[in-house]
Amino acid sequence: MNSGYAIPAVALVVVATVLVGAFGLRISRTTSDFYVASRTVGPRLNAAAISGEYLSAASFLGIAGLVLVQGPDMLWYPVGYTAGYLVLLLFVAAPLRRSGAYTLPDFAEARLASQGVRRLAGAFVVGVGWLYLLPQLQGAGLTLTVLSGAPDWLGGVIVAVVVTAIVAAGGMRSITFVQAFQFWLKLTALLVPALFLVLAWQGDGAPGRPFEEPATFREQRSVRVDDTLTLKLEEPLTVTVDGTVDGRTRDGARVALPAGSHRIEAGTRLTFDADTRVPAAGRGADDALSPSRAESRAERPLYATYGLILATFLGTMGLPHVVVRFYTSPTGVAARRTTVAVLGLIGAFYLLPPLYGALGRLYAPELTLTGKADAAVLLLPDRVIGGVGGDLLGALVAGGAFAAFLSTASGLTMAVAGVLTQDVLPSRAVSHFRLGTLLAMAVPLAASALVGGLPVADAVGLAFAVSASSFCPLLVLGIWWRRLTPPGAAAGMLVGGGSALLAVAATMGGFPGDGALHALLAWPALWSVPLGFLTMVLVSLATPGRVPAGTAAILARFHLPEELGTEELRTEGPRTDELRAGTLSTDDLRAAKPGTDDQRTAADRREERTR
Amino acid sequence: MSGSLGGFLAGLAVALLPLLAAGFWLGRRTARPQHLGGLGTPVEHATFQTLHTASLATPPLRAGLTEETAGKSARKLRSLLGTDALCLTDLEKVLVWDGVGTHHRTEIMERLAGPLATGRGEAFRLTCDTPDCTVRWAVVAPLTVDDRVHGALVACAPRESAVLVRAAGEVARWVSVQLELADLDQSRTRLIEAEIKALRAQISPHFIFNSLAVIASFVRTDPERARELLLEFADFTRYSFRRHGDFTTLADELHAIDHYLALVRARFGDRLAVTLQVAPEVLPVALPFLCLQPLVENAVKHGLEGKSDRCRIQITAQDAGAEALVVIEDDGAGMDPELLRRILAREVSPSGGIGLSNVDDRLRQVYGDDHGLVIETAVGAGMKITVRLPKYQPGVHSAARLGRE
Repeated sequence: MNSGYAIPAVALVVVATVLVGAFGLRISRTTSDFYVASRTVGPRLNAAAISGEYLSAASFLGIAGLVLVQGPDMLWYPVGYTAGYLVLLLFVAAPLRRSGAYTLPDFAEARLASQGVRRLAGAFVVGVGWLYLLPQLQGAGLTLTVLSGAPDWLGGVIVAVVVTAIVAAGGMRSITFVQAFQFWLKLTALLVPALFLVLAWQGDGAPGRPFEEPATFREQRSVRVDDTLTLKLEEPLTVTVDGTVDGRTRDGARVALPAGSHRIEAGTRLTFDADTRVPAAGRGADDALSPSRAESRAERPLYATYGLILATFLGTMGLPHVVVRFYTSPTGVAARRTTVAVLGLIGAFYLLPPLYGALGRLYAPELTLTGKADAAVLLLPDRVIGGVGGDLLGALVAGGAFAAFLSTASGLTMAVAGVLTQDVLPSRAVSHFRLGTLLAMAVPLAASALVGGLPVADAVGLAFAVSASSFCPLLVLGIWWRRLTPPGAAAGMLVGGGSALLAVAATMGGFPGDGALHALLAWPALWSVPLGFLTMVLVSLATPGRVPAGTAAILARFHLPEELGTEELRTEGPRTDELRAGTLSTDDLRAAKPGTDDQRTAADRREERTR
Repeated sequence: MSGSLGGFLAGLAVALLPLLAAGFWLGRRTARPQHLGGLGTPVEHATFQTLHTASLATPPLRAGLTEETAGKSARKLRSLLGTDALCLTDLEKVLVWDGVGTHHRTEIMERLAGPLATGRGEAFRLTCDTPDCTVRWAVVAPLTVDDRVHGALVACAPRESAVLVRAAGEVARWVSVQLELADLDQSRTRLIEAEIKALRAQISPHFIFNSLAVIASFVRTDPERARELLLEFADFTRYSFRRHGDFTTLADELHAIDHYLALVRARFGDRLAVTLQVAPEVLPVALPFLCLQPLVENAVKHGLEGKSDRCRIQITAQDAGAEALVVIEDDGAGMDPELLRRILAREVSPSGGIGLSNVDDRLRQVYGDDHGLVIETAVGAGMKITVRLPKYQPGVHSAARLGRE
């Protein structure tokens, strides 16, 4: 596609991010009016910021790609990504905010008063963060390759450098505004092209039913196979081959391939006639993860679906970059309202990627062969609309995609760097935070060079699985169960999260297992989450003496509204004494009728100002 | 294929790292100096063993005498004495019984009434119906802290033994010392709490007089203004006199500063220009009550000191990862750094109250020594005070409510 518009669009997004990050605060908040300046972040702004940080490359590119390749079963991804916030809303949001914790290790310390559990939680934050950063970098590489033909690693390096520079320089001062801006940018970047695409689709006679039969080429189409793959043909196929098929090199000859498996070497160009069915691609030699995960999904669809549902429903609450955003809400109730708004915002967003997936199956079915299905969103405007309009819309989508990488990657890097600085590196200083930032980004960058070619939505799903198996038990039991003990929490996180992490590593590294074992490792959440819960409960029950002192008070603070804080409950005794003695002060009246006094003075003042 | 193998190994390494770290940590936690042997003669060796056992029994007792702590240390104490049974009691009941013969619990408690009242040790025979019970005799050594009996250590043996009487007495005295230390720990915590309470900043009486005088001057000329100022005054004093909780939120503290500045502005008019730059992310941060207002008061004082023209004060609160960075800057007279250091060290008492050193002390008490005030100043160059507030600190919870939108 034409990169003349796309590269400036990407550059514009990067510059805008830096500028809003550095100066958004200055523009909006320099004032002498305290009532404007000290207004807390409202639920809607905070929700946009959370959504902006949350919608990553997996949401922007990955879901459309998976829907394109594997059909409507993959709709469980957007459903799961959204429903995670429902679980968060019901069980975690308000108590987490009331705990006063900023990060997940903070929560572990606040609830269990144990430095050991704090460090362990820190280690898992780093692990989940790195796992989640990996697909962001790969998505960036893919986007840049599709846009400009740059090598695979370049996009990842660019995102890594930009994010590290912004975060290390302290450029994310007004992070709420940046992330909210990124959300609306991402929504626009998908919504506007989607409208044009749907119009074009209708103008095309609204060809329907993309998922009912195997995809067919709508016109003559030439496909270059980048990675060696195996074609599985159910019926004979006639195709023009320019390259190597089944070990025989041909030069633009028409070949009739019989039904069965055929090996296509990398670099081969195949030209299909119109109305030919798109053949199914099998496992390639180098492309270890994606097809095998897809195979185990095809073999055990029920198990894979439940694994996915459990991981995404329960994993959202343990994402380090999402949790820190809840601190910005002033109260537990505001945190709940924020979560409801998040549900609305990302629910609306997730209507769009499946649309791209469906249109991609109609208009760009050959992407299933090239191993670049994640690029469907980027290629569709050019393919369907074409011309300058298509280029401009493509540039908009590319800008949105980079906004997705930047916002998620910067949020994750800050969370991981914060934990590294606070709990791993020796002392707290600014230079250490820079070192932590560097380390937070260097490891996933190195890993993305080592582990190649996994679909971004799948990779993110693995991060969710680890998060669901380690932090979900910690948060849910920590908030709702009195008898949780530090050894129980540590054991549960180690067993649940550790086993999920091992399974993920085995899957990512292409562990040569097959059948049931492989499915178990590729979708670990279904067994590792119950394992984590069970270990935590059993070890806690086995160590009843280690329940931290003051658990009842801590849980009361988690669950009572702020107005009924424990401090005021404690002063109830003396207050009645004073009532009897007849020394009633204004303070006590206020406590007896919370809020009325404030409202009166505030209302008075407003009234006076308007005069 | 080599690429995927390398990837597998890398993934495996990444996955194993946290496990390894946890194993290392567990190992360090559980490792004990087992190899005391090889040093010195058998007698010295035995001494080391005894001292080591005694040191292992110490940590639980340092938390005071409760069922939990007694349970943790009883086994170590029994191995120190080498008896068949050992029990620790408080004034009412047996806290823990380690060893054989638990059926003697009630009998022991009945016989303890005397020693617990007098605070003197005693040894007596136990009556027992169980034929194969090896515990026939008990020695009681009271545990005393500051001459008050807190409980007793009872060692039981098959027959009388003068050595055991002596040993039990010594061990009881050693336990008593540990309990005294526990008492000391407690009173130290109480002292720190009292200190924090005493340090709770109070608004200066001068401020009250001046404010009332300013309001009085407006009563005839501009009654509406006077009413507004009185409301500001009421809001500010209510905030500073409230009694519940030692902590507040940055938002509430900023509101109090606003009320304060409204009153100051009424007095000094246009001479005071305040700009404010607050990142909304840090408004919910909890911080010690009234710890920024004295800094602003200080800035106002220094800014207006010896100047007839305008004074600019800038207050910024930035989001810096796990911390909030609050900076209060004025362009006033500044201060000699040496004098400032002596004020902060409380070597000299400054002219206008105890604002700065009080805030510094409280911040250090709450957040530790590396979170004190950072002040940049010189004579004639203004003053810039930086406060770093961690977003989360164990034990710091704001008792205030924020919902004043």
